[in-house]
Amino acid sequence: MTIRLRIAGLLAALLSISVLALFSASKVRAAGEGKITGTIKLDGTPPHQRPIDMSKEPTCQQQHAGHPITTENVVVGPNNAIQYAAVYITEGLAGAAGSTVPSQTPTFDQKGCQYIPHVMALDVNQHFKVVNSDQTSHNIHPTPKPGGPNHEWNKSQPPGAPPFDVFWTAEEAIPVKCNIHPWMHGYMVVVKGPYGVSDNNGSYTIENVPPGNYTLTAWQETYGTQTQKVTVGSGKPATADFTFKAK
Amino acid sequence: MAAKGRTMGRIFAVTILVIAIGSAIPILRHTWWMPQDISTHGAPIDEQMSETMAEAGICFLASQILLAAFIWKFSNPKPDSKIKTFPGGASGLVIAAFLLVGTEVLALGAFGAKAWAKIYFTPAAANALPVQAQAGQFAFYFRYPGPDGKFGPIHPDMVSEANQNFYGIDINNDQDAKDDIVTAEMAIPVNREVNLLMHSKDVGHSFFVPELRVQQDFVPGLDVAIHFTATKIGRYEIVCTQLCGLGHYNMKAYLSVMSQQDYDDWLKKEAALQ
Repeated sequence: MTIRLRIAGLLAALLSISVLALFSASKVRAAGEGKITGTIKLDGTPPHQRPIDMSKEPTCQQQHAGHPITTENVVVGPNNAIQYAAVYITEGLAGAAGSTVPSQTPTFDQKGCQYIPHVMALDVNQHFKVVNSDQTSHNIHPTPKPGGPNHEWNKSQPPGAPPFDVFWTAEEAIPVKCNIHPWMHGYMVVVKGPYGVSDNNGSYTIENVPPGNYTLTAWQETYGTQTQKVTVGSGKPATADFTFKAK
Repeated sequence: MAAKGRTMGRIFAVTILVIAIGSAIPILRHTWWMPQDISTHGAPIDEQMSETMAEAGICFLASQILLAAFIWKFSNPKPDSKIKTFPGGASGLVIAAFLLVGTEVLALGAFGAKAWAKIYFTPAAANALPVQAQAGQFAFYFRYPGPDGKFGPIHPDMVSEANQNFYGIDINNDQDAKDDIVTAEMAIPVNREVNLLMHSKDVGHSFFVPELRVQQDFVPGLDVAIHFTATKIGRYEIVCTQLCGLGHYNMKAYLSVMSQQDYDDWLKKEAALQ
C-alpha cells in the first residue's frame, strides 16, 4: 500500500515537473520567435494611374482638393518601391503558429471616399472593424469568388453609423467595392498565419514567425503572386526581397 | 337632433371648401413650381403642364364646390324625401360628367402629342453632339467619342472599378476606343444640340434634369436615345428618378452647360486624364 502511494506520489511529481518543463520551453520558444522583413520593388515603369473624379460626392471631393486621388492598381513609392503588396507564408507553418488567430482587430476605414488601407491583410477568422468616417453613406461590398468558401455580402453604412465587426473564414484575396461611389476599390487579403503589407517604402515585416523553413508568397493586385524560400533562425530575422516585373 | 345633423353637415361643407381652396392657392401662385426652363423644347411641355393643371384644377374646384353645396343643402333630409340612385334617377348627370371628363382627357392627349412628337418622333440633327450616358447601381458615367466621332465597342468582361474602366472599353486594341473620353460629370456646349445615347449596366434607371425638361428612363437591354439643346450656361443636377436599389437616393451626377470655348477646354482636360 505504502509502496503504491509512493509510486503515485513520484508519478505526480514527475508529471508536474514535465508540465512545468513544457511550459517554460514554450516560453523560451516564444522569445526565440523570429521575423521576416524585406522590400518589394518594381522592375520597369508603373502603369498609368487614372485620376478619380469625385464630383458626385462634394464632401469627399473637398477633402482631396489640390491633390486628386488616382487609382491604386500599382502604387509606387521612392526607388520604385511597391506599396500595398501583401506577404505571407504559404508553406512550412506548423501547429500553433498556423492556427492562432491574432487578437488585434484591424480597421477598414472609409475616408474621403477611399478605403484606408487600400489593402488590408487578415488571418482566417480574424475579426476586423468596418468604419465610415465620411459624411455620406457607403455600401461595403466585398466580392469573393462565387461558389467559393467565402460568401459575398453587401452592407450599407450611413454617416455616423457604428462600426461593425466581421471576419472571413477562408484564404482569398477579396476585392471590395462601393456601389454608391464606384471609384472606391480595395482588397481584403485573407491568409493563414502571420502576414505583412508593404508600406510606401516597399518594406514589410512579418512578426511572430517560429524558426523554420518556409515558402513565402508576395501578392500584388495587378502583378499576381511570387514565392521564395526563406529560413528563419532562432531570434534571427530573415530577409526576403521581391521584385515584380512591370507588364 | 335634426338641427344637430344640419350643423354638422354645414361644418363639413365649409371644411371641404377651405381644403379645396387652400390646396389650389399654392398651385395658382406657383409656390412650388418647376425650375427655370433651359431647353429649346421645354416651352410646349411647360405649356402642356400649365394647361393640365388649369383644367384639372378647374374640374377639381368645381366638383368640390358642388359637393359642398350638396352637403350644405341636403344635410338634413326630410324623412319622406326621395333618394336618387344610378342607374336610374341621376343618369343624365352621370353621362354628362363622363362625357365632360372623357373629352377633357382626350383633348389633353391630342394637344400633348404635339409636344411629345417634337421630342420623340423627330430624329436628332445630323450634326448633334453624340454623348453616351451609362447608368449603373448607383452612378452615372458619360462617354465622348473623341476626335474620330466614333465610340469604341463595349466589352462587359472588361468593366473594372479598379481601373476606372466603367464602360469596359479596350483602349489598347480597339481603334475606335483609343480616343474615347469617359467622365463622371457631363458637360455640353450651350445652344448645341446633344444626342444622348443611353444604356443601363444593370437595372432600370432614369436620367432627370428638371431644368432641361428631360426625364427619360434607362431600360436594361435597350439603347435609348434622346436629344435636346440647352440654352443657359450653368451647373445642374442629374438625378435618377427610377427606384433602382439601396443607393438610389444618392445616384446623381452633374451637368455643366458651358460656352463652346469652355467645353473644348474641358474636353481636352478630360482627354488628358484618361
